[in-house]
Amino acid sequence: MTEARTMTINMGPQHPSTHGVLRLVLELDGEIVVRCTPHIGYLHTGIEKIAESKRYQQVIPITDRMDYLAPLSNNLAYVLAVEKLLGIEVPPRAETIRVMLTELTRIGSHLVWLGTHAIDIGAMSVFLYAFREREQILDMYEQVAGARMMSSYFRVGGLFADLPEGFEKTVRSFLTSFPDRLAEYEDLLTNNPIWIQRTKGIGVIKPGDAVDLGLSGPGLRACGVPWDIRKSNPYSGYEQYAFEISKGTHGDVYDRYLCRIFEMRQSVGIVRQSLERLPDGPIAVQDPKLTPPPKPMVKKSMEALIHHFLLWSEGFRVPAGEVYQSIESPKGEFGVYLVSDGSNTPYRVHFRAPSFVNLQSLPRMAEGRLVADLVAIIGSIDIVLGEVDR
Amino acid sequence: MDDVNAEEAEENLTVRKLRERFPEAVLSTRSVRNEFTILVRSGEIVRACRYLKEDPDLRYDFLSDLTAVDRLAEHPRFEVVYHLFSLQFKRRIRLKIQVEEGEVVPSVTPVWSTANWHEREVFDMFGISFDGHPDLRRILMPEGWEGHPLRKDYPVQASPKWWEEGGAAGD
Repeated sequence: MTEARTMTINMGPQHPSTHGVLRLVLELDGEIVVRCTPHIGYLHTGIEKIAESKRYQQVIPITDRMDYLAPLSNNLAYVLAVEKLLGIEVPPRAETIRVMLTELTRIGSHLVWLGTHAIDIGAMSVFLYAFREREQILDMYEQVAGARMMSSYFRVGGLFADLPEGFEKTVRSFLTSFPDRLAEYEDLLTNNPIWIQRTKGIGVIKPGDAVDLGLSGPGLRACGVPWDIRKSNPYSGYEQYAFEISKGTHGDVYDRYLCRIFEMRQSVGIVRQSLERLPDGPIAVQDPKLTPPPKPMVKKSMEALIHHFLLWSEGFRVPAGEVYQSIESPKGEFGVYLVSDGSNTPYRVHFRAPSFVNLQSLPRMAEGRLVADLVAIIGSIDIVLGEVDR
Repeated sequence: MDDVNAEEAEENLTVRKLRERFPEAVLSTRSVRNEFTILVRSGEIVRACRYLKEDPDLRYDFLSDLTAVDRLAEHPRFEVVYHLFSLQFKRRIRLKIQVEEGEVVPSVTPVWSTANWHEREVFDMFGISFDGHPDLRRILMPEGWEGHPLRKDYPVQASPKWWEEGGAAGD
């Protein structure tokens, strides 16, 4: 008798371990995943379409809503793209603050990944610890931008405002305590036999396949491909910082875990260096056509008032042309393809979202494995559905 | 544009090699803000991509991004844009093809598997079809959706009534 041995079931879009509204159609042979087909789009919000009718500065808050665990990385990629097309360079202080905050963002994003990934596999306490530390990073966002999640702190030409008083002290105290916390997580997981059984040799992907599938970020580095955009095509002055690229060998869930832990340590080092070098000076380019005049000036100077009015009613124009700017976001290569027709709104913006591309590797990693492993694999790819669906 | 520099583009190794190899396929080249764009004849895109990926001096083995732009008033109407990256040489190059509405584009999925979802997205958002794609269907919008949201003649804001009258809205 050759009866159908497989069963097709639906996992998601309301399944907690799919990290959002991801739906997988699974063809199962008992506990084994024979075929895994992701269905996405449940969180599609038309971000690229909306951006076409917004002025350049107004697009920044929309970018927050893609990878909402790393809003500042999205902001950075977008403002860098616009600045590249404008042909401007931001002052050193703004650049250093950008690096400091995007690296804190990387730590924050990796902490959410660690917590949720661990709780998926059954390690409850790591989740609580990781969120405790992330809270400190959210507090920092609140200090600089007033918002805890959708911070929109960067602007085309610089920053929204300078760092508030006492901010450096907050960051310093975080840098003092965090490495010990990281060591605690490692105590709980790195040599834990259950953790190792659930992650080692699971969801393996070969370097050739990973490159073919467009995998980037920690997932690619875990297969032994040492590609980090901060090193290969530095932006925001990353070439001045000393740090190392994470590197794995096996390309499995465990190596992806080790890579991200390593990256958090490196980020601590980068934030420390940025604090040491933090120069004084303006936090935005001094161009009245691009960045707003100081508020007291608006009340005294006619010209300042006109500039202010124009910036808020019409914005600024960007020369016609196109650029592609990518950065190393916590998830991988976050790219912005920007086309301008010379007006004050983008003609077309495309976001190359790492979660979208990385998710394509899921079937390759999961097919032939157990359903329980699928949960570990999804966690290890570290997707954010806001970014997958945009 | 002021800084479009055809001479500079000509000096670029990738541009030179591609032009030598496929003189018919390369329509024009330009360099803006240090980024090189090569306009390729649409029928030659797969051959050009495979060459760029496999040539030992170029090795553009990573397809970073694939997307499209709708130039509504122009002919051909659409541009399909490919962003290639070389992991070995850390170089980027942009390839472009121009396609008229209804024209079918050869799929680059045989060259890079990652093109699969990118091309589905372009199909979904712009209605551009890809020949040789293993699984060409909508990816972000519901299956029964009518229209392609990123086309310039598709409204940014529309009331539910618009959908009823237009007879759109899938489920």
